Amino acid sequence: MSIQGPLGAAARARLQRALVAVVGADGVLADAADLRVYECDGYTIERSVPALVVLPRTTDEVARVVRLAAEAEVAFVPRGAGTGLSGGCLPGEAPLMICTSRMRRIRMLDVANRRVVAEAGVVNATVSRAVRDAGLYYVPDPSSQNACTIGGNVAENSGGPHTLKYGVTTNHVLGVELVLADGEVVELGGVIEDTPGYDLTGVVCGSEGTFGIVTAATLRLEPLPEAVTTLLAVFETVAAATATVSRIIAAGIVPAALEMMDRTIVEAIEAAYHAGFPTDAGAVLIIELDGPAAGLPALAARVEELCRVGGMRSVRTAADEAERAAIWKSRKRAFGAVGRLSPSYCTQDGVVPRTRLPEILMRIEEIGARYGLRIGNVFHAGDGNIHPVILFDERDRAETARVLSAGREILAACVALGGSITGEHGIGVEKIRELGLSFGPDDLALMRRLRGVFDPAGRANPGKIFPTAAGCTEQRAPRRQAAL
Amino acid sequence: MSERGPMDAPVEGAPLAGAGFAPEAAFLDCVHCGLCHSACPTYVELGTEADSPRGRIHLMHALQDGTLPLDAAAVQHLDLCLGCRGCETACPSGVHYGALIEAARPWIEERYRRPVTTRLRRGLALTILPYPRRLRLALAPLHFLERLGVLAVARTLLRQLPARWRYRASLLPDPLPAPAAVPLETPARGVERTCVQLLVGCVMPELFGDTVRSTLEVLARNGCRILAPADQVCCGALSLHAGDRATAVRLACANVDAFEPRAAGPAIPLVVNASGCGAMMKEYAALLADEPAHAERAARLAARVEDATELLVRLPLAAPRAAAPARRVAYHDPCHLAHAQGVRQPPRALLASLPGVTLVSMADEDLCCGSAGHYNVMHPDLAARLAARKVEAMRASAVDVIATANAGCALQLEAGLRAAGVALRVRHVLDLLADAYRG
Repeated sequence: MSIQGPLGAAARARLQRALVAVVGADGVLADAADLRVYECDGYTIERSVPALVVLPRTTDEVARVVRLAAEAEVAFVPRGAGTGLSGGCLPGEAPLMICTSRMRRIRMLDVANRRVVAEAGVVNATVSRAVRDAGLYYVPDPSSQNACTIGGNVAENSGGPHTLKYGVTTNHVLGVELVLADGEVVELGGVIEDTPGYDLTGVVCGSEGTFGIVTAATLRLEPLPEAVTTLLAVFETVAAATATVSRIIAAGIVPAALEMMDRTIVEAIEAAYHAGFPTDAGAVLIIELDGPAAGLPALAARVEELCRVGGMRSVRTAADEAERAAIWKSRKRAFGAVGRLSPSYCTQDGVVPRTRLPEILMRIEEIGARYGLRIGNVFHAGDGNIHPVILFDERDRAETARVLSAGREILAACVALGGSITGEHGIGVEKIRELGLSFGPDDLALMRRLRGVFDPAGRANPGKIFPTAAGCTEQRAPRRQAAL
Repeated sequence: MSERGPMDAPVEGAPLAGAGFAPEAAFLDCVHCGLCHSACPTYVELGTEADSPRGRIHLMHALQDGTLPLDAAAVQHLDLCLGCRGCETACPSGVHYGALIEAARPWIEERYRRPVTTRLRRGLALTILPYPRRLRLALAPLHFLERLGVLAVARTLLRQLPARWRYRASLLPDPLPAPAAVPLETPARGVERTCVQLLVGCVMPELFGDTVRSTLEVLARNGCRILAPADQVCCGALSLHAGDRATAVRLACANVDAFEPRAAGPAIPLVVNASGCGAMMKEYAALLADEPAHAERAARLAARVEDATELLVRLPLAAPRAAAPARRVAYHDPCHLAHAQGVRQPPRALLASLPGVTLVSMADEDLCCGSAGHYNVMHPDLAARLAARKVEAMRASAVDVIATANAGCALQLEAGLRAAGVALRVRHVLDLLADAYRG
């Protein structure tokens, strides 16, 4: 039995019996129906069915499961809620899937020190709900925050609209509990702000499960802002809106969130949610300001003035929490609404320096025109994280091929403008080929050596991030795919 | 999808190829984002993808494609779905999950034979519950025992059972209310302001007589003349959710005939006090679309259907009689009211208008309690776990009374509370209103 090869029937049965002894019969899934649903996450283009799925409840169980896998020389893939968008928890070369969905305890809440220890399977939004009464919240808020787990957030170093002011997941993780690929449990970082030596916690954030399985994380909490103002600014053109984004940041103002949606996306949102967005505008900015109540109205006035100078047509301020929630609901569910415009769509995730936003949008428009594709744009404008949404019909094979080529060209354009091939979705299996756009052979070799320090045998989530010789997943046409 | 993965080999001897139950596009609507997970009671409880809405859609798609055998495992995951439709509220893509699972169920019935014990339990439930006379006969011995005081003793003894059985025993209402007799016509009290029709329902008058009496009283006190057409039958929801579409269609047609207005005039509301029935009747048009004699009339009937709480908030509500002691009340959303009908505010508004009531929020208040028609009879173990989850939330809310707007939910929540030994009452909004009027 090799790490890469498929698990033979006898080896599978042996492993299954051993796993049952650790987690009980209801914690091991082996029936065709049970396994089939784990063949993909939010990235549906590639699929492969795991040989076994195990659902441990404690770190100790995870460690024993991983040791069993090591003894059987079987590779494993960790999975949280399966909301990832780059195929990070695709089984591929790993026959054993270890799912953290039953590790849902909040182990410790320390209000005075503003930190919480959450197990890997705790849902992101649950953390904020659990600490709200103490006047605190956990800042990173990916659009999937009601479903995605802390373990997955750490693995993918997830973002969200409010990372503009507050940073991404890695800026909010003080320490992690990690089960290495040989079953050893290690604690990295800690509960205090700084620990001497290398920032190993920082290295684990965004490692996409290739270092082992994060079973718990110590998270930094922030006090809930005293006041929040949410503006909906309407512009005639995308160029005017993006230029305004740079103008706001250049004026020394850091909004909590600064999001842009173009006409195509607004049209989809209106069709779905009737939230009162203007469908004839070129672009809409959602600008959220937070902080002490005293200074906020003046700050909002300044932002409005900057928007007006930038050619803003009109502005609406959310009157209350309900209206604010409605605006965010529309924004965070934008991708789902796009399905109302076309049978299929494909979302890209790239980054450019904020000041290059007008250029990349022109490039996207040009690429779309050249390939004959309609492309909508919804993105975290404040940090230059773009999400072009390419509309198409998956039944048209020629068009599908054009979609893949256009996507690659957009990412290449991001890199050419000094940006990156992913802002928050990760590399997974989706962008293995594009990783070379950002890094040379030396960089990749160094990353591999780092990975080897944590997992010398390559048993933790093989086949992700770096290209490998083997490939046993099935590739499908891209179809509707969720985006942030 | 034409490509096949390693596990997607065509299933040998699968009798499934050919007739599907849903168009391909209905499955493609699901973008596989997983945002439905946290809204799904079975996923929240079990943490398994196949017991999530996204997983079930994936399974249904594979079953229809014939790339997955219709075996015990697959059927079990689809059976475990409560049909609460919490996922439809959470879904950004507008997937009609309820329609998918309802189409899959009769398809499964035609192709899969369940174990004999399941068939017996199901058969018994579907032969008795939707038919009031049969249900009355079945309950008669219990009423007799209640009058003799035997049930009271039995309840004390049952409380000593191990946890697994304690919940099942707790499903027996305490006390067992007397059945309700609904007159063909109930006059308005005082000035008549409007005339309404009432769906009496099948289980309601036999098991939840008190709530039926409250419904009549509250409507009458608010100036409603109430007509309860004689030929009406069960709405058909129990049969449809169990995969017996033919019976559901038959019952729905009978109701379309029974509720047909006798004379021309403005459409009068058809009031329903059970959320599962209301949701069902609001969707009669789709159910009867292929019934030429009923399709059009079904759409007209569906447009008249209102939950009792919807009707009452529209009226200028008659002021309750008495001041009541201060009470903190939390509200549990019945799934078929909140998720299927989108009715969330009316019951809350009614509660907030009661003297002495402070409405407080509760964790997971729109997460299914596990009642779900006859789900707690078919899947008592999971129903007990879901009830226990709700008990924790109810306990944590530190309220005096739990309110809900569906009698089945009240029964389930009370069973959970009794099994856990928590002294907290669950009352239907209409019962609380009736209390307030009675003073």
